[in-house]
This record gives sequence, C-alpha cells and structure tokens, in this order.
Amino acid sequence: MNPNLVRTLSRNGSRNWLGLISIVLGLFVWHLIARYAGLPNFILPSPLSVWTRFLKALGDGSLLYHTGITLLEIVLGLLAGAITATLVGYVLAKSRPLERVLSPYIVASQAIPIIAIAPLLIIWLGGGILSKVVICALIVFFPVLVNTIVGVRAVPTVLYDLMNSIHASRAQILWKVEVPASLPVFLGGLRVGATLSVIGAIVGELVDAEEGLGFLLQVGDFQYDTPMVFVAVFMLIVLALMLYGIVILLEKRFLKWQEKI
Amino acid sequence: MPTIPILTIRNLSAVFPNENGGLHALDNISFDVHPREFVCVLGPSGSGKTTLLRILAGLISPTSGSFMFGHGEPPSTGMVFQQANLMPWRTVIENIKLPLEVKQVTETDARLKAREMIELVGLQGFEDSLPRDLSGGMAQRVAIARALIHDPDLLLLDEPFGSLDAITRERMWNELSHIWQMRQKTVVMVTHSINESLFLADRVLVFTQRPGKVKLDLKVDLPRPRGDDIRYTPQFGKLARKLRSAIE
Ligand SMILES: Nc1ncnc2c1ncn2[C@@H]1O[C@H](COP(=O)(O)OP(=O)(O)OP(=O)(O)O)[C@@H](O)[C@H]1O
Ligand SMILES: [Mg+2]
Repeated sequence: MNPNLVRTLSRNGSRNWLGLISIVLGLFVWHLIARYAGLPNFILPSPLSVWTRFLKALGDGSLLYHTGITLLEIVLGLLAGAITATLVGYVLAKSRPLERVLSPYIVASQAIPIIAIAPLLIIWLGGGILSKVVICALIVFFPVLVNTIVGVRAVPTVLYDLMNSIHASRAQILWKVEVPASLPVFLGGLRVGATLSVIGAIVGELVDAEEGLGFLLQVGDFQYDTPMVFVAVFMLIVLALMLYGIVILLEKRFLKWQEKI
Repeated sequence: MPTIPILTIRNLSAVFPNENGGLHALDNISFDVHPREFVCVLGPSGSGKTTLLRILAGLISPTSGSFMFGHGEPPSTGMVFQQANLMPWRTVIENIKLPLEVKQVTETDARLKAREMIELVGLQGFEDSLPRDLSGGMAQRVAIARALIHDPDLLLLDEPFGSLDAITRERMWNELSHIWQMRQKTVVMVTHSINESLFLADRVLVFTQRPGKVKLDLKVDLPRPRGDDIRYTPQFGKLARKLRSAIE
C-alpha cells in the first residue's frame, strides 16, 4: 500500500462525504451486477448474501474465533520479526564489517519467495500457530531491518558531537539521539512490515491450517460457500487497515515535530 | 598573568587522511590559556579553527602534540557549534535543558534553569516552539543557552553570533561579557569579526591560511566594561589595524 495514498485518503475521508458515497455507490453497482448479470451465487454473491453470511458466522462465534487466531499469528509474528530486525539492524548499522559479512545472506534470503518456503516451514514446525508466526516474522523482518539500518546511519554526526561534548553516556546517546532521530525511517519500515504481516499469516494458513481466516477461505472455497470467502477477505482487509492505522497513530504521536499538518 | 594556565597547548597538529598524503588542518600550534581568560581566534576559512575547538572538546584526537588542562582532567565544557545543531524533535526548552538531563538533574530544576536561560537569550514565549519554527538567529540563541545552562568552566564557541542580526549580536556581546565576568569562565571563541574579538577578548590569536599556525598573539588591553563607544577610541583603532594587517 502506498503510504501517501492511504494518508491522503484517510485525511480527506474525515472531511467530506465523497468517500462514503463512493463506497455506497460501489456496493450498489455490485448489487446490480450480482442481481442482473445472471451469475450464480457461488460465482458472485450479492452484497446482501455476504452480509447475511457475515451475521451467521458472527452469530455462531466461528468468525471471531478464526479472526482471533489470525490476529494472534499476525501480532506475534509482527512483534517477533520487528524486534529481531530492530536489534540486528542496530548492530549492523553500527558495524560496517559485520554488515558486509552478513548482507549476502540477508539479500539472498529476500530473493526466496516466502510462498516457496512456507510449506517447508510447516513441515519443520507443524501445522499449528508457530509455523505461521515464523512465516509472518520472516516477511516482516526485511523491511524493518533495512529501515533500521538506514535510519540509524542517517543520524547526523553533529548530534553525536553535541552529546560527546557534554559527556553523555552510550545509553543516553541511544535514547536521546539515535532512537528519536531514526524513528521516522524506522516507522516507515514498520508500516510496510505491518501490511506484509497479514500476507505472511495468510500464506501460512493457506498451505496448511485447521483454524484462522486462511482456513475459512479454503473451507468456503471447497464448499462453494463463496459468501464465506468474501466475508473472510473483508475481515483480512479490516485487519490490515487496523494494523496500518496503529502505525499511522504511532507516527502521529511521535513524529509531530516532523511535518506541519 | 602569574596564574597556572588552565589550558596548555603544545605543538598541536591535525592531519585528516586524504588521497594525497593527508590534509594538514593545524600545524604545530602552541599557546596557553589562563583561568578566566577570554581568547578569540581569528583566521581565514579552512585554517583549522573548528578543528582546534573539536580537539579541545575531546571530539577528535590531534595527530601529534598535546593539550593539557590545569587540573589534569578536562573541565566541564559548553560548546556552541558553527551551526545551531538543535534536535528537531525537541522544543526550545527541551533542547536547552539537554545538558542538565545528561547530568541527571531533576526535571523541575532543569526546567527552572532552562527558563532562566531562555530569559537570558531573550526567547520568552518560544519555550515550546520547535526548531523548524525558529529563525537562524533564534536557533543560535537556543544553542548558546544550551551551552551555558550547566555552568561550564570552559566555553568553546564556534562563531556563535555569525547568524545574528547586528542589534541582537551586540546585545549578545554584552550578555556574554557579563556572564563571563560574573561566572568566572574561560572562553575560547572563534570569530570572523575583528570588532567582535576586540569587544570581547583579552587576547586575540590570528591563524594563518591552512595549515593553521598562530601568526599573531595580540593582547587586548582595552578597559572594561567596553561600551559601544570603545570602537571610536584610538587604542581600538590601532589594535584593529594590527589584526587587519595580520589577516591580510
Ligand atoms: N573530519 C574531517 N575530515 C577531513 N577533513 C576535514 C575534517 N574536518 C575538517 N577538515 C578540513 O580541515 C580544514 C580545516 O577545517 P576547519 O573546519 O577546522 O576550518 P575553519 O577554520 O573552522 O573554517 P571556517 O572558518 O570556514 O569554519 C578544512 O580544509 C577542512 O576541509
Ligand atoms: Mg569553522
């Protein structure tokens, strides 16, 4: 997702009704197509049947349960991936030799499509939550790592001079200079990571799972329960937007100094 | 002066590595600074003035030579950099209290002291502004307040008033000589302005073109306090001419 686009959209959304009207219009067009194109329900369900399916899945608790599982995988994977990437990124930013030694592996690891190794990870780690968390963490790792390195390297040397001239400790330099100075770039990486984490969890669940939204997708698919597939897709969109929104909130909270809004 | 020097600099040289055998920034500098002395350093661009201050602040090591402080260990230092060098994410007051934070002074005391400094540099009303909303001169005043807040023994000032307008600059001269006299500080200040150096300093060192050497060590025996009229006295004119001819 293009961050500027989403920011523009969300900013304007609160100010005018055009966005809402557009959504209503879209639903209406969808309704018309579903109604008059003569397509069977399992090819293109109407908005109403998707809504009914949503209420049913909500009523029997299955939707919340599976959404909760996927959310858990995403949150754990995102945390694990982002935290490791931040720590490794900081060390690599501080040590060029180490970065040179490790960068071939890091770059190579990015050349492997995650979809290709997901089955392998599931063989190794089983079909439960753990394998999805790991897939999620792997996909989150790289953007956060790169942005941590770039962010820490971009800290102006004059600020180190300033801190050294008042005999600041290493820890003080870290918390008072390096963290705030690299935060804008770091959060940019986290934003990308947050979006990718949803993809990671779903890729894992599609390969093999007994629970989660990916599982619901597949069951809906097998049973020609297309409204269920739509419900699951919409839930995924909601999850992705939610995570994205959290990062945007973090940016609003911590980067107030950066832009005039 | 009969006192023991607070700062003794002997045969100090600084060479920065580059492709053709190194860039000589400072060449064999020697001089003493006495306690409470106000020393100005004048010299052409690139003559190693900033490099000298960075060495004295302990930010870089000299290539050869030595510098020693009177009491052995380095004194507490306040440095004003050539650019204001503020943290863009901190407000004016937060930037100013940084040195106290680093010394782990309590938040209330730090804020109280910071407000005093804000008054000193005339930035009342801008306590909670961010650096992006300040003019160059205001930013530099924040940097000066930050350098003074922890009451350092040694002040290292790198063209601190370069970006100020004439009126503010002269006000800051008065403030600085006031602070210097009240608080018994030692000052080493780099400047491009002959007037500024004669208005403030006990001594003016003139550096040569790169590599910087001490070309002239001029004692400024003008009476204090030095009011605005001092620049029209013959004594001032004589010193100014000496400095000008040394600078070329
Ligand atoms: N970290 C560095 N690495 C390489 N060369 C440097 C470094 N710092 C300074 N120099 C060089 O050393 C010389 C002296 O620089 P310095 O900044 O001390 O000059 P200056 O007298 O302060 O000049 P100005 O009046 O323009 O501020 C310059 O030629 C500069 O390019
Ligand atoms: Mg300089």
